[in-house]
Amino acid sequence: MMISAQAYGGNGKVKEYHYTGPVEHKFSPYAFNGGTVLAVAGEDFALVASDTRLSEGYSIHSRDSPKCYKLTDTTVIGCSGFHGDCLTLTKIIEARLKMYKHSNNKSMTSGAIAAMLSTILYGRRFFPYYVYNIIGGLDEEGRGAVYSFDPVGSYQRDTYKAGGSASAMLQPLLDNQIGFKNMENVEQLPLSQEKAVQLVKDVFISAAERDVYTGDALKICIITKEGVREEIVPLRKD
Amino acid sequence: MALLDVCGISDWVKEDTFSSQKASVDRVNHFNFAAREPELAVPIGVDPADFLKPFTDCEDGVEGVTIKLEHGTTTLAFKFQHGVMVAVDSRASSGSYVSTQMFKKVIEINPYLLGTMSGSAADCVYWERLLAKECRIYKLRNKERISVSAASKLLANMVANYRGMGLSMGTMICGWDKKGPGLYYVDDNGLRLSGNMFSTGSGSSYAYGVMDSGYRYDLTVPEAYDLAQRAIFHATHRDAYSGGTVNMYHMQETGWIKVSQEDVGELYHRFAAEKK
Repeated sequence: MMISAQAYGGNGKVKEYHYTGPVEHKFSPYAFNGGTVLAVAGEDFALVASDTRLSEGYSIHSRDSPKCYKLTDTTVIGCSGFHGDCLTLTKIIEARLKMYKHSNNKSMTSGAIAAMLSTILYGRRFFPYYVYNIIGGLDEEGRGAVYSFDPVGSYQRDTYKAGGSASAMLQPLLDNQIGFKNMENVEQLPLSQEKAVQLVKDVFISAAERDVYTGDALKICIITKEGVREEIVPLRKD
Repeated sequence: MALLDVCGISDWVKEDTFSSQKASVDRVNHFNFAAREPELAVPIGVDPADFLKPFTDCEDGVEGVTIKLEHGTTTLAFKFQHGVMVAVDSRASSGSYVSTQMFKKVIEINPYLLGTMSGSAADCVYWERLLAKECRIYKLRNKERISVSAASKLLANMVANYRGMGLSMGTMICGWDKKGPGLYYVDDNGLRLSGNMFSTGSGSSYAYGVMDSGYRYDLTVPEAYDLAQRAIFHATHRDAYSGGTVNMYHMQETGWIKVSQEDVGELYHRFAAEKK
């Protein structure tokens, strides 16, 4: 007879499911709404993809709540984490974009948006926006660019990045398929747009299998010099 | 106006010190969106460090909310007869997840000043960018480059205002000014130390061991490169929160140069082959 080791304590972090004594509940300003975001940068294109499930605890609030927001013709941002903060943050970014456009008579470039977002996020260092952001777009030379952020504004330019609830599952897969990390004697082919889109679809199908917060549908924003094109692909709804 | 700001007239009137009454305003002014003056919002009525603890430190957090901030590192710098060597790793971790293996932990403030980053990535990047801005303004106002001593003092005073609020930053300001090579350690408590050799971060003890055993003031340049690289490599080998690549910079009289960026995996094979 196998006795589950979980019931026998451990490192003091055993959850007691039948605890019936008094419990103190405090108001928490945050909630976790799930969702996964992914961005890939190619030679002359960028992809930003997200699932469209909005959950909280054991419930699903909506099956049609995408997490990609178009900022300019060359930049799309994906935000996952706490939906309330995502909405406010995108509102603030859009307002700052308009202010920049009116005072400088041109649209903000992807790199400039990324630097600005870093300072916006750090402005709330002591009460962070609970949002994991990834910006995908084209840089001034027309090459794909991906910028990934932590909740308080630390950021880096990458070639590909996954963020959100299934990020720990997707990132290693991307490291293998796009980054060819730690592989010897492999021919490192550059990623074409068709291959990248197919890879993103496959990767999200896998994420929906194993992460409860990811699923329902996948929205991919493809950014090229012609503009931003959207594709919607259904995923598992369970 | 931009010119007025650069001349610094508004500085005489503006209050630079931390005021607890102003700090209890937690709303960023939505009408100017902090576009003119940088503003830091603070939650009302609570100690900011305690406020964040249940969300960042707890395993489960509150109802599954875990705000994971990027952390962890090994950095080192030492002075020797030919200038200052700076070497850093490149791993950024959020909790036990490695967010990236290619994080830039050396910020190039100007061609004669470098700053390293360890601790919380966002804190270091933000305050050192602000320091870069202050150094540029100093140069425009005084028509000469800022000294390393003054630059490190500016940074130390900026973060001392937020002491006790949960910032995590351990940085080394390295440069070459009129007095020669300069190396200062500045941390989030406002501590500022001048010295010949420093190492910071979770892997610093391992780096100190290797550095101390091989350090002499009269190292040649190739010997210094080798020592710095080995020290970071051994720290990445033993510290779980350090890894990725070893980035090395050399601060000379004519400014800094980037020496190399080598993956730790390749270094391991190179050192192992040497042992045979």
